[in-house]
Amino acid sequence: MTDHVEARYSRLIRRRYFTLAGLTAALILAFCADIAVGPSLLGFGEVLRAVFLPDTVDLGTRVIVWEVRLPYSVMALLVGAALSAAGLEMQTTLNNPLASPFTLGISAAASFGASLAIVSGLSIPGVADEWTITVNAFVFAFGSVMLLNLLARLSRGTIATMVLFGIALDFTFKALIGIMQYIATAEALQQFVFWSLGSLSRSNWDGIRTLATVIAVLVPFSFAASWQITALRLGEDNARGFGVHVGRLRFFSLLRVSLLTATAVAFVGTIGFIGLAGPHIAKLLAGEDHRFALPASILSGALVMSLASIASKSIAPGAILPVGVITSLIGVPLFVWLIFTKRKNL
Amino acid sequence: MTTAHAPVTFTAENITAGYGHKIILSKLSLPALSGGSLTALIGPNAAGKSTLMRALAGLIPSKGDLHLNGGDLKRMRLKARAGLISFMPQNAATDINLTVIESVITALKASPLDYLSADHREVRQLAFDTLDKTGIRQLAMENLSQLSGGQRQLASLARSIVRNPKVLLLDEPTSALDLHHQTLVMKHIRNFADEGRIVIVVLHDLNLAMRWADQVVLLQKGTIVASGSPFEAITPGHISRVYGVSSRIEFCSRGLPHVIVDDINRA
Repeated sequence: MTDHVEARYSRLIRRRYFTLAGLTAALILAFCADIAVGPSLLGFGEVLRAVFLPDTVDLGTRVIVWEVRLPYSVMALLVGAALSAAGLEMQTTLNNPLASPFTLGISAAASFGASLAIVSGLSIPGVADEWTITVNAFVFAFGSVMLLNLLARLSRGTIATMVLFGIALDFTFKALIGIMQYIATAEALQQFVFWSLGSLSRSNWDGIRTLATVIAVLVPFSFAASWQITALRLGEDNARGFGVHVGRLRFFSLLRVSLLTATAVAFVGTIGFIGLAGPHIAKLLAGEDHRFALPASILSGALVMSLASIASKSIAPGAILPVGVITSLIGVPLFVWLIFTKRKNL
Repeated sequence: MTTAHAPVTFTAENITAGYGHKIILSKLSLPALSGGSLTALIGPNAAGKSTLMRALAGLIPSKGDLHLNGGDLKRMRLKARAGLISFMPQNAATDINLTVIESVITALKASPLDYLSADHREVRQLAFDTLDKTGIRQLAMENLSQLSGGQRQLASLARSIVRNPKVLLLDEPTSALDLHHQTLVMKHIRNFADEGRIVIVVLHDLNLAMRWADQVVLLQKGTIVASGSPFEAITPGHISRVYGVSSRIEFCSRGLPHVIVDDINRA
């Protein structure tokens, strides 16, 4: 009888590893499908050959695969991973299941930064023109989280206060965006709307390298803090009692969140839903032991984003819809299905 | 590994604490406590019981002296403290997708303990042993969100004792529990004290305090009104003054004292 429970615990741990393996497998499949799908009709085999044996295919195919398809698909994966990882940490450190880069104004701040760059045509000294929008979006997104942190510290408020500040920031930036849109020229407005819809079509290897570096540098710190983050889920007093510096944990966690989100949003614009749904999908599948929830969140964010990327290329034949429009359409059904099927046997 | 038989002493003197500019406790000193004792902290709502517990646990900043076995707790790093003092909050998290055993392991792993190796089997063993101590091994694989109130408190208790603290602080562990679970929790708490630990528990039920505690501290508006044995602290006079009710202490057929409340004091 007693060994029975311990055996069940061992099985649970095994099942969580299987879940991670399953998500990884699904992600690899989705990623391959994503590369294979596109307006120019290339066979699946040909695409794979172009990826793994680039010398065996003709120049045209190689260019399409390496300069268009791969950056698009890899960026989808990285953006999904970054936003979902950020969302998970945000939900935990702010103790709010509705917290996401979207609900707390980070995306709106990035959009405002982008609109400022597009509408005013400003250039930042030392930054190449094609990077101006990205850098400006990043600066505002990062600044908004730092502002959020500062307000929370100054007000000595609770975590709920912080969430309220975030919502206030969101409204403020949306109002400012409204003003920018109102004064914008027709061309600038069109460019901005396209930016804010969130699109992978601007993906390039420089952007990928930057985002990948940010993820590679930050995520190990999240993993290192996974026990502390799980402890925080048990309540702030509990976590402190277990020896966790809650203030420090929260500050560094939000620092990671802001860097991940700001970088991702700066390159692809506003991508909704992933930062909210990715973590919830992960928690439903892998529980809230953050040793598993974190990788599961990264994988499911990347997976939903890959699926959205496939859909963005296949819904309207010959056209690529902005992926930001698709994420919710793809994510919501998956999300609802999981809530109905998994909740029961939690 | 166990420190059960080492003599433990805990002193809290001139404790001043509050929230922001609002001072709730001013220069409050507890009687010196030693290992093996169970102290009940009683008093009306807003007497400062929780504030005192949180100050003792180091969860809120406070002024004054806190010493454990002569060591200054206030100069100690949070992690070192977390191996010595444990606090069980009034409300445990409910909206969390985590099993009981996972939550207990998390309590162990949240910060390093010098006697605990990183070996997974050892950590797991210790966590399951703790579930045995609180009698909830069969709940190990239950989700925290699906436990009853009583089960949740027992799981919370397991998390507070898994780090084998020398001082255990419990904030109203029995409120909202049925009679079975109240008794169960009090028995466990009594056991931990008997093993040589110092236990301080906030109770609202004076009869529980009377029955289980070695000493009682009666708090009102941030000051100690009475402290001593249950008989010394829980008297009709003190109860009238602090709670504003008239009461009697009656002895049952087994000779055990019971507080019986008759009426609210007339103004």
